[in-house]
Amino acid sequence: MAGLATAYGSGAATNSIEGIRESDVIFVLGSNTSAQHPLVYARITAAHARGAKLIVADPRITPVAALADKHLRIKTGTNLALVNALMHVILAEGLHNEAFIAERTENFAALQESLAQCTPEWAEGITGIGAEDIRQTARLYATGSSSVIIYCMGVTQHVTGTRTCAALANLTMLCGMVGRPSTGLMPLRGQNNVQGSCDMGALPETLPGYVAAGTALAEQRFAPLWGNFANTKGRKLTEIMAGMVDGSIRAAWVMGENPAQSDPDAASVMEGLGKLDFLVVQDLFLTPTARMAHVVLPAASYLEKQGTFTNTERRVQMVNEVLPPVEGSRADWQILRDAIRALGGQADYTCPEDIFEEIKKVVPSYAGMSYARIAQAQGLCWPCPTPDHPGTPVLHSTSFTRGLGLFTVNTFTLDDMGEQPCADYPYLLITGRESHQYHTGTMTRRSWALDREFPEAFLDVHPDDALALKIKENWMVTIRSRRGSITARVRISKSVQPGTVFLPFHYAESSANVLTGHHYCDPVAGIPALKMTAVAIEEKK
Amino acid sequence: MKKTLTTCGYCGCGCNFYLTVDKGRICGVQPKQDHPVSLGMLCSKGWQGHGFVRHADRLTSPLVRAEDGTFSPVSWEDAYALIARRLPDVLRQHGADSFAMLSSARCTNEENYLAAKLTRSVLGSAHIDHCARL
Ligand code: SF4
Repeated sequence: MAGLATAYGSGAATNSIEGIRESDVIFVLGSNTSAQHPLVYARITAAHARGAKLIVADPRITPVAALADKHLRIKTGTNLALVNALMHVILAEGLHNEAFIAERTENFAALQESLAQCTPEWAEGITGIGAEDIRQTARLYATGSSSVIIYCMGVTQHVTGTRTCAALANLTMLCGMVGRPSTGLMPLRGQNNVQGSCDMGALPETLPGYVAAGTALAEQRFAPLWGNFANTKGRKLTEIMAGMVDGSIRAAWVMGENPAQSDPDAASVMEGLGKLDFLVVQDLFLTPTARMAHVVLPAASYLEKQGTFTNTERRVQMVNEVLPPVEGSRADWQILRDAIRALGGQADYTCPEDIFEEIKKVVPSYAGMSYARIAQAQGLCWPCPTPDHPGTPVLHSTSFTRGLGLFTVNTFTLDDMGEQPCADYPYLLITGRESHQYHTGTMTRRSWALDREFPEAFLDVHPDDALALKIKENWMVTIRSRRGSITARVRISKSVQPGTVFLPFHYAESSANVLTGHHYCDPVAGIPALKMTAVAIEEKK
Repeated sequence: MKKTLTTCGYCGCGCNFYLTVDKGRICGVQPKQDHPVSLGMLCSKGWQGHGFVRHADRLTSPLVRAEDGTFSPVSWEDAYALIARRLPDVLRQHGADSFAMLSSARCTNEENYLAAKLTRSVLGSAHIDHCARL
């Protein structure tokens, strides 16, 4: 969430999930909310029933788009052009919040200048959304008493992901829609503990608590506990994967992830994993990634251990042992503790709480928490710096984490569109989730009640395209991209636009990531443009 | 029967529910009525996503892969001994920089913290990331 961190000083969601219920304008971008975050969706429907205006920008007719007062059927990969045009309208019509801009932000002049050419008519040509719809959306958002923006991977998994996040932050600051309840910017995290893994420094550029790697502060804070440590910026996931292929990464440790299926360009991931001199994998199952390992360590699931998760609204919550680990398996914290010891490091933890107590010493925003307080309060939202602090459901209320909010210039160019359809690969493939399956499906596909409902992958094809391709409902088709090919069953659906097809990525048998690539990457976050791949489709012979 | 309150492991909403266990099996799910996120609700994953926990495919022993690609079970001690021998070997030859850790957005905060510590402090590499980027 580099875009938000630059603007506000913190990349986390600014507000609480429950607060959405009281918002009066809700703007959703690139989030199939009912499938990915059902309990956020419950707030959206509650607010909408109360009379809140709902605007959704999505190329597909998702359930939240179907509910919307305004569905902006945006061309995939053009969110940034839309957001810039919204700001252009707000400035042109004088709907911006001058007091907020003057007191709480800096660099406004540069933003203003950068938006001069971003007229709704310009954006119409790029996004496919009518100029008048753009104007109405801008007015709705800017004149609401509390407007909130909710977005997900439909925004971040594009070449322009980081810039679009920064532009959305600009939009909130331009209208003073941040720092108050039921406003702000809610990036919804895909997996359950994305927020927590970022907080804990499972990132190449930052140490636990978002201390930038390579700084004196990092040295000062971590050396007393960690001794000598690598205080530099490391490689991002996509760069690590490339390193495995080119031989600069020779050994790897994978904890509870399945990159052989979840990563773009699965063939090159398999090649990279296969080249490693030494690979350790911790997992519940012998996943395709684990099959590549030299050593596989059987891990306990989240139902078989204790610890904390931090949800998408920064709420740190207790995970408790519901039943003992499957015989022979061990909790990941135990496995890592023993590995640290075996490799000559210090790790004298007898339980997860010992680790949490150490975390509090280096992460000030967690310092006031304890397992007892977390359990008692049903979770505490960070920052919670002292034992008597109630936690912080709304961020940036009096000042931003970085002091003044920073307006940034985020220009959209046509090169940003990512992989485009061509004569050989005439369709644009979008990937995403089904509501009953989760990520690569290693857990949900082994929970029979869920798997029974949605056992195999469907490719959504628009009726016009189906006609042109001479394919029918339920037929098997071959989908080819520049990188590979897979098969899937056809579902004819008007939820996709002509020329666009949709495939969920949970299924090992037709793994959508065989097709996708990271040739087009967000240059800042290193997030591959997974949402867009040019493909060809034909009946399976 | 034992009833335990915990946090859902499927999405970033972080619903809380009670799971009832009888004779080693999960037999009941009950959303927490006054929890600030769930408010007594759950989605299908929260209601039904727990069957994997005692699935027959669960790994029950560390495995080591032989040259021919087959896996054989080893004790935890032997697995750690092998790691403590092989991993430093590779890093001695190619530098600490040749190591990478892929941590997990499904694991706990405590585990992610240890992953960062293992990578940066014990092994001396800065290459750590997790799946949030995907
Ligand atoms: S029950 Fe559903 S909405 Fe709630 S945390 Fe679990 S997956 Fe998310």
